[in-house]
Amino acid sequence: MKFNSETSKLDFIKHRKKFFAFSGAFLLTGIILLFTIGLNLGIDFESGTTVDVLAGEEVTAAEIDQQFAEIGYEPDDIMLAGENNEIGRASFIGGLDQEESLEIQSHFEDIYGSTPNVSTITPIVGEELAQNAVISVLIATVGIIIYVTFRFEFLYGVAAIVALFHDALFILTVFAVTQMEVNIPFIAAVLTIVGYSINDTIVTFDRIRENMRLEKAVNTFEDISRVVNKSLVQTLARSINTVLTVVFAAGALLLLGGEGLRVFSFALVVGLVAGTYSSLFIAAQLWAVLKSKQIARRLRREELKAREESEPENA
Amino acid sequence: MAKRRKGVRKSFIAVFFAIVIAIGVMITVTAEEQVDDISLGLDLQGGFEVLYEVQPLDEEEDREIDRELLTDTVSALNARIDVLGVSEPSINIEGEDRIRVQLAGVDDQEQARELLSTQARLEFRDVNDELMMDGSDLVEGGARQNFHGETNEPIVSVTVDDATLFEDITREISSRPPEERQLVIWLDYEEGDSFEEEIMKEDSKIVSAPRVDEVIPSRDVMISGNFTVESASDLAGILNAGALPVELEELSLNSVGAQLGERSMELAVNAGIVGIALIFAYMLFYYRFMGAVAVVTLSAYIYLVLVIFNWLNAVLTLPGIAALILGVGMAVDANIITFERIKDELRSGRSVMSAFKAGSRRSLSTILDANITTILAAAVLFYFGTSAVQGFAVMLIVSILTSFLTAVFGARLLLGLWVNSRALNKKPRLFGVKESDISEI
Repeated sequence: MKFNSETSKLDFIKHRKKFFAFSGAFLLTGIILLFTIGLNLGIDFESGTTVDVLAGEEVTAAEIDQQFAEIGYEPDDIMLAGENNEIGRASFIGGLDQEESLEIQSHFEDIYGSTPNVSTITPIVGEELAQNAVISVLIATVGIIIYVTFRFEFLYGVAAIVALFHDALFILTVFAVTQMEVNIPFIAAVLTIVGYSINDTIVTFDRIRENMRLEKAVNTFEDISRVVNKSLVQTLARSINTVLTVVFAAGALLLLGGEGLRVFSFALVVGLVAGTYSSLFIAAQLWAVLKSKQIARRLRREELKAREESEPENA
Repeated sequence: MAKRRKGVRKSFIAVFFAIVIAIGVMITVTAEEQVDDISLGLDLQGGFEVLYEVQPLDEEEDREIDRELLTDTVSALNARIDVLGVSEPSINIEGEDRIRVQLAGVDDQEQARELLSTQARLEFRDVNDELMMDGSDLVEGGARQNFHGETNEPIVSVTVDDATLFEDITREISSRPPEERQLVIWLDYEEGDSFEEEIMKEDSKIVSAPRVDEVIPSRDVMISGNFTVESASDLAGILNAGALPVELEELSLNSVGAQLGERSMELAVNAGIVGIALIFAYMLFYYRFMGAVAVVTLSAYIYLVLVIFNWLNAVLTLPGIAALILGVGMAVDANIITFERIKDELRSGRSVMSAFKAGSRRSLSTILDANITTILAAAVLFYFGTSAVQGFAVMLIVSILTSFLTAVFGARLLLGLWVNSRALNKKPRLFGVKESDISEI
């Protein structure tokens, strides 16, 4: 890959409204879905109990159901897991107490020789973790804005944070649409994407900052567009190579990591794509729009001031 | 002068290979040990996690649950977990009145749960449930697992603080009518429990109810009660660890059988190896010679993260692996940023040596800003986060700092040795730059 900023015909700015419209529409759909059907919350966030029965051989839902019936339990849902359907995951909404779960465990240990995993979850754990993650991320964004304002300038910080929320919301939207079950590792994946998103955006902004310094006068939107476009083309090889290498790692986990990591690694891959997309098509463009407005305001003020000075005390 | 300049300084290349071989040897010799030393968290290894709500004891219902009481409870729990022999338990106070206990790799989960939530209030009552003596009358830390002198069965012995108290109690009981001559030893007696009912139960709170037919003029009390050596030493252990100052109610329990843990771990490790191999292959293919340097520094990075992780005694969990992946990404990113800069400089017609210098210098501030912003976010997550969020943050901070060391300084050192050896002069192809792309100055 070789992208020469002088000869390249790539224009990242021209179609910015399409990118904004696409992301806006997609995320709006996401928000509507989140408020209506919501996410498919796993047992981590819904009160209840899941029992993972490890049969060691292929089982059917009916078999597991029958085993539970023998000791007088009726699961609300049975899902098969594992490559050969050797894991039966029974969910009980409402929950089991200590004695009940021990009874179930010893029953299935007698049958299959391995202890089922019992997770009794009051949603407190998951809800608090999710809440805590959201609050921590919000506080972190304040910190990021302060640092970026200090090192770059305020508008870069704003654009970076918009990109960050774009990426996090993007994952949530995909999960709302696909209705994949959301669990605690999902939160870890979202946190990872938050970290990746900010890192990726800052690298692009760093190049814009550098190129802005090389410019003599940046007054119009066209000037800014040129600088931003040049910077994006210059960092394009890096952006693509970096996301490719991380996708290698996350993709390997998705394809080979097994059932337990599926939600986690899928969220990672979706987030990486969203993070790269927002760095290339959203963050810098948003900055360009904000910056040109800021410059326009400044120019107008200066013009006004100049006019006042040139025609003093009319009244 | 001019002649000397053209020569390749072989000593630099020798140093390069010495460093690479040293890293390689260190990794192959100690990596396995390091990997074995990693403590895996619940999600990877199996084990269990219990979230308790702390409530005041029955007799002090009005007592407020404050920080001090919670801290006392945590130390009592810590002492108990020592009895179980679990290393690096994680006990956290959460919110106003919750304690989260996490134990990874516990074989007997039922035993562990019982051991944790029992209050270990040892009480001696008569058959009418009248309190005669309790834990506060015993010598602190004086409980022992012992063997009965005659039957040789395992017993627990405790020592009474007051020299005459036990003698007085046995005198009182032995003077009663024969059917009432029993001393009932309770564990966690609660208001409303009665001897008659409890003694019939299979899983009784009564440890034993020995007959007392004569005065026992001793401070040592021997408790026998169908113990195994293990259960006797457990009881002695928790008696010494001290009673819990509160009542613990299980809010949630998350138990993971080790089997699923092992299964997912094996798959994840293999997937990780495949992922890293792909990254290596891509870097070699795309950045040629510089890619080889990246492979060395990335290997060193992964190894160092493991070493630091063990050194911190941290527990590796799934969120930790997530942070590790992000760390790999950021380490590779630092390499890519530097390499792309060097290629840019080469294409603009600079010599290899000057391109290397300018590229390294210019990429540094980019990498610094990106890394500091991410560390800042991680530090906030660590400070405000709980359990899983915090684990993620620790791993992320460790990863970023390490990646900075290897991908910035390590790569610069290794690549610098080659560049300064002058072996690469006029060979831009080794950097993945075609001669035709180099602009004439």
